[in-house]
Amino acid sequence: MPSEAAGAPILSVQGITKRFGGVQALTQVSFELAAGEVLALAGDNGAGKSTLIKCISGVHQPDEGEIRYKGQPVSFAGPRQARDLGIETIYQDLALADNLDVGANVFLGREPARRYLGLLPAIDRRQMRAAANEVLKQLEIEIAPAKLTKPVRTLSGGQRQAVAIGRAIYWQAEILIMDEPTAALGVPEQRKVRELIMRLKAKRVAIIFISHNLQDIFAVSDRILVLRRGRAAGERRIDVTDHDEIVKLMVGADL
Amino acid sequence: MAMTEASPAVVLPEEQHPLLRFLAGAWSWLFLIALLIFFESWARAVYGVSFLLNGLNVQSILVYAALPLLLGLGQTYVIISGGIDLSVGFVMGLAAVIMARVMQQLTDLPPGLALGCGLMAAFLVALIPGLINGWLIAQLRVPAFIGTLGMFGVARGAGFLAANGTTVPVNNPWLFEMGNGKLLGVPLPVVITLVALLALHYVLAQTRFGQYTYAIGGNRMAAARAGVNLRRHTMMIYLISAGCAGVAGMVYTARFSAGAAQAGEPLLLDSIAAVVIGGASLFGGSGTIMGTVIGALIIAVIQYGLVFINVEPFWQFVAVGVVIIVSVLVDQSQSRLRGELPDAE
Ligand SMILES: Nc1ncnc2c1ncn2[C@@H]1O[C@H](COP(=O)(O)OP(=O)(O)OP(=O)(O)O)[C@@H](O)[C@H]1O
Ligand SMILES: [Mg+2]
Repeated sequence: MPSEAAGAPILSVQGITKRFGGVQALTQVSFELAAGEVLALAGDNGAGKSTLIKCISGVHQPDEGEIRYKGQPVSFAGPRQARDLGIETIYQDLALADNLDVGANVFLGREPARRYLGLLPAIDRRQMRAAANEVLKQLEIEIAPAKLTKPVRTLSGGQRQAVAIGRAIYWQAEILIMDEPTAALGVPEQRKVRELIMRLKAKRVAIIFISHNLQDIFAVSDRILVLRRGRAAGERRIDVTDHDEIVKLMVGADL
Repeated sequence: MAMTEASPAVVLPEEQHPLLRFLAGAWSWLFLIALLIFFESWARAVYGVSFLLNGLNVQSILVYAALPLLLGLGQTYVIISGGIDLSVGFVMGLAAVIMARVMQQLTDLPPGLALGCGLMAAFLVALIPGLINGWLIAQLRVPAFIGTLGMFGVARGAGFLAANGTTVPVNNPWLFEMGNGKLLGVPLPVVITLVALLALHYVLAQTRFGQYTYAIGGNRMAAARAGVNLRRHTMMIYLISAGCAGVAGMVYTARFSAGAAQAGEPLLLDSIAAVVIGGASLFGGSGTIMGTVIGALIIAVIQYGLVFINVEPFWQFVAVGVVIIVSVLVDQSQSRLRGELPDAE
């Protein structure tokens, strides 16, 4: 498969098939992904995009096919296992606890511990705040200091998306999977998230993102994998294709 | 660490005026103080005495607040996590009755030992409905309102059955001491409540357990994806609530040297009211133990104060009801000011 990045692929998916009862959600889908590469998943509603990433992130177990991560065949019992190995997924709505602040969200489930009065277990909020600050700075995510200690529901959609991404990066994601990261955002915010994706790419993170927005796709991805009714309808490098061709692949019109 | 300003492309609702924000955040404190000033002025003007500088009044208010507050402590965890526990009142009654029954059987034992057995029995029997609540809600995904409403009925029936429909008197000097004695001038029921509230405050504010309680109330799925064990945590929360009801049952039996199935009947609504007045949202995700403490004190001051100034006791219900509604309105207007709620149509 084409991949301009050097070295072996970090992720290789071969012949993935997934059925839900009678529904054939995925049929023999294959692709590869290298570090620092951005792969866009395109396709109509119900094409199987979400199912494909859920197979990779450990939410679903594929019925057939093989997933190799860093050269090793893997089979995740659950999302936690995939995350521990560096495959982070950001879902559109499920990423953050709205009532907690930025630091608490970055560390949710993995809070640093300290001893209160040298005795009682407690979580170290100061460290959480400092580390969250650090990762936001690293990614050049701009959030007013006063907002850092407020519930994240007071942030804008783009900032929230950025917090979710920052969280993944803080925990050293090597593959970052995003399901429609810009769907709920206004245009300036979409641009911010695109910039963020480019910054992660520069940090050699491998990225898979689902989008219905061809503008987004062409702005940030290296390759596009188009799904149609659970099958790979085509895979194109960004520099040898255009909107028209992608749309035709999505709807299945003759080329 | 110099941070840049928020991106100008992002238009967020303006921050409130600092004074307004302070008032909104501290309104329950201010309301409590206003209440105290009101009763103080009334006492001085009408009776020519002080309301607050009277140790007896203060003690009575604190003792009065203790039982609803004990229930409210557990209820705070439940409500923050997005649930509700309607069973606490009758679980408390059941624990009180079982404690009294056990102690009735153990009159041959030394009083301290009999009391120990009674306390143990009360606590264990309270945990059973908590366990069932947790199992229904966490495992079988029964809505909390329904599951604990069912337990409300079960515990009520079990309490009256265990009590044979009457109160269960106990004669034990240690028990009497626990309910009416003092430590450094502070009534023991108040001391017990204080210990429970400090422990539960610490756990909620400082530990992972507390953090996950907020996370579950804010976004269940996010918490689950972050590795929080929803089932175990939910189970623990309902056990905490039932445990608090058990302790309230012990304190009741100690104060009156008798167990009664209806001991906690009027306290259920007070416990929920205390949590809500304290700033928790019934949708989950917010609330604090300290808020609940203020809420319980407000209710106790209203109830005791109205009796003190000779208002017909039924007005208490009206007053507490009005305070609940006002507290929810304040909370909503705060959220609206923060841009978290759509404006009313
Ligand atoms: N858990 C499930 N149980 C049963 N069927 C499912 C499940 N998840 C997905 N499907 C089915 O699999 C097919 C592919 O769904 P999927 O969610 O992957 O599509 P998608 O490409 O992400 O669509 P969209 O663009 O609307 O998000 C659909 O027919 C869907 O109904
Ligand atoms: Mg989808």
